[in-house]
Amino acid sequence: MGINRRDFFKILTAAGTAAAGSARPARAWQSRAPSDPVGCLVDLTRCIGCRKCEEACNRVNGLPAPDRRFEDLTVLDRNRRPDERTYTVVNRYTSEMIDERDQLIPTFVKLQCMHCQDPACASACIVGALSKKENGAVHYDVSKCIGCRYCMVACPFEIPAYEYHDPITPRVMKCTFCYERVQTENKLPGCAEICPVEAITFGRRSDILAEAKRRIKNNPGRYIDHVYGEKEVGGTSWMYLSGVPFEKLGFNSLPETPMPRLAETIQHSLFSYLWSPIVLFGMLGGVMWASKDKGDRADNHKDGGDR
Amino acid sequence: MSHQAAPVKAKFWTPGVVVLAVLMAAGGGAIIARFIGGIGYVSNLTTARPWGLWIGVDVASGVALAAGGFTTAFLAHIIGRHYYEAVVRPALLTAMLGYTFVVLGLLVDIGRSWAIWKPMLYWNPTSVLFEVAMCVMFYLNVLYLEFLPIVVERFKGRVNLPGPLAALNAPVDGLLRLADAVLPKIMWVFIILGVVLSCMHQSSLGSLMLIAPTKLHPLWYTPILPLLFLTSAIAVGYPMVVFETTLATTSLKLDSEMKVLTPLTRITIFLLGLYLALKVGDMVVRGTYVYLLDGTAQTNAFLVELIFGVIVPWLMLLSPAVRRSRRGLFIACTLIVVGVLVNRLNVFVVGYRPPISEANYFPSIGEILVTVGLIATLMFIYRFIITHLPVLARPEQEVRP
Repeated sequence: MGINRRDFFKILTAAGTAAAGSARPARAWQSRAPSDPVGCLVDLTRCIGCRKCEEACNRVNGLPAPDRRFEDLTVLDRNRRPDERTYTVVNRYTSEMIDERDQLIPTFVKLQCMHCQDPACASACIVGALSKKENGAVHYDVSKCIGCRYCMVACPFEIPAYEYHDPITPRVMKCTFCYERVQTENKLPGCAEICPVEAITFGRRSDILAEAKRRIKNNPGRYIDHVYGEKEVGGTSWMYLSGVPFEKLGFNSLPETPMPRLAETIQHSLFSYLWSPIVLFGMLGGVMWASKDKGDRADNHKDGGDR
Repeated sequence: MSHQAAPVKAKFWTPGVVVLAVLMAAGGGAIIARFIGGIGYVSNLTTARPWGLWIGVDVASGVALAAGGFTTAFLAHIIGRHYYEAVVRPALLTAMLGYTFVVLGLLVDIGRSWAIWKPMLYWNPTSVLFEVAMCVMFYLNVLYLEFLPIVVERFKGRVNLPGPLAALNAPVDGLLRLADAVLPKIMWVFIILGVVLSCMHQSSLGSLMLIAPTKLHPLWYTPILPLLFLTSAIAVGYPMVVFETTLATTSLKLDSEMKVLTPLTRITIFLLGLYLALKVGDMVVRGTYVYLLDGTAQTNAFLVELIFGVIVPWLMLLSPAVRRSRRGLFIACTLIVVGVLVNRLNVFVVGYRPPISEANYFPSIGEILVTVGLIATLMFIYRFIITHLPVLARPEQEVRP
């Protein structure tokens, strides 16, 4: 038995050392973003705050009826966030700009899931219930979800909402990018289809990004020179054009680094092929075996030294 | 050897235990309300603040404060310092109960408690939480296996089940004898595995927040967060043993074990010093000391954590007089334990600032009742187990007349 164990530890330690030696240096982090997904461009200079997109979203996704009718524009008096009953909301911001009749010019901002190219939620999800689809949608599969809400912790846009008042089968609720409509029925997302002023342009991400840059170039006075979502958190499938600086419209400044990058790099360099646990196991085994041999000697029960 | 453990002979229903029972009942009521009305019915959690007290205390702190289990196992079994075996069993029991309550806390916190097994089926290797969950699941089983010999020792040859269950006496005894024959030969695997799994998930708990760089306050958001979580867990292991042993021996009027605890905490000077050096060094390297005097709640929480949770107890432990004094040692170790608790709360609750909604969060009565109830249940079961199983060292002589 003793010999066996001793040999076993030798093998184990050797294997551990070999694994440590062969462990490649941490590979550069690889984005898993689809190369040419679809996306939407929201031109805030065109939006008139009619809330038709909210209504269409509610209908298309079969969401519960709102407390106040979609025609009621007084809800704009208060800033709202998407929640578990609403995948998208429009908020009104007023800037210092005044129109020809001395009225403050409002800017309306439609909010929904940004469908990040490298979504933090999908990286974080313990069971992969959230995933980035090839067409660009960040898709939620309720059948896998355990309700840990780590996706909500991870999302830099604070979008996923939760059915906190469902005791047994709560869901994570967020814009689906009308995945079924777009993918199988070949239709536009509900909001993009209905928008009466073409504030929402649907298309290939590369195409709408080019379109956004074209609009800025052709009309530099109308737009600030920034496509929100082009580079933020490594790029998103929904992008915004605005005439007012984005910070004044409730958009947060975000790094260009994809959110999952640091955590994934650390985890993968530490645990790929479980090399570090195996090495640690081997090392501890070696130490244990060495101290076992010493165990017969008298100093084994010595106390902890001076106090 | 003088470290023979034995069931504690003490009256079970003391006033303190009655208080525990009341807290357990209150917590139980809150848990029932959560499963009737939903998480939103008993908690203040929102879209912007999806994790609160339950994750900060029940899970993150629970895991950290159970670190006595693997740190004492390392000391006594892996590097063979058998002198410390007297504290291995209570630390093991604390770890086993601690992790059990991490899982129970999670069952309350996750929305679909019945789906808690799903990570075993649906793997997402990019998820830090997936790695933590797998490690915690395996480690919990390792802890039960490590504890099994204590049960075997107590009941082998003495199985006496009540009533109709008496027919099972022989088979159960057979199983215990089988375990007694097999476990000692394979236990080394589980002891090492326990340390490995602990190192993995203790550090990964810190990695959880790395995915939210815009939400966690820069005083805590650092690429070495996993290393800080690991070193602080290792550093709190022995102070937690002191804390819990002192509470148990005081409450049960047993030997105070100072001859084990004093040398044990000498090691803590080095471990806590390492953590302090990493923490301060990280602050200097990243330049986050600029926040220290801005007077916000976050910064103040950081200062409390660092000064009272790390620096003061570290300075106290440097003094041999403090280490030899039962009271001084208990105060220093309590500060360290509370310091780690505050650190985990800071990382998961106080330091978490959703930048868009800037939502404030304070735990609701319901959340507090659940957490307090779970801790009370843990203490209740701890006391139950030590009065029925050989966990604490057999008293050498009565300390008090």
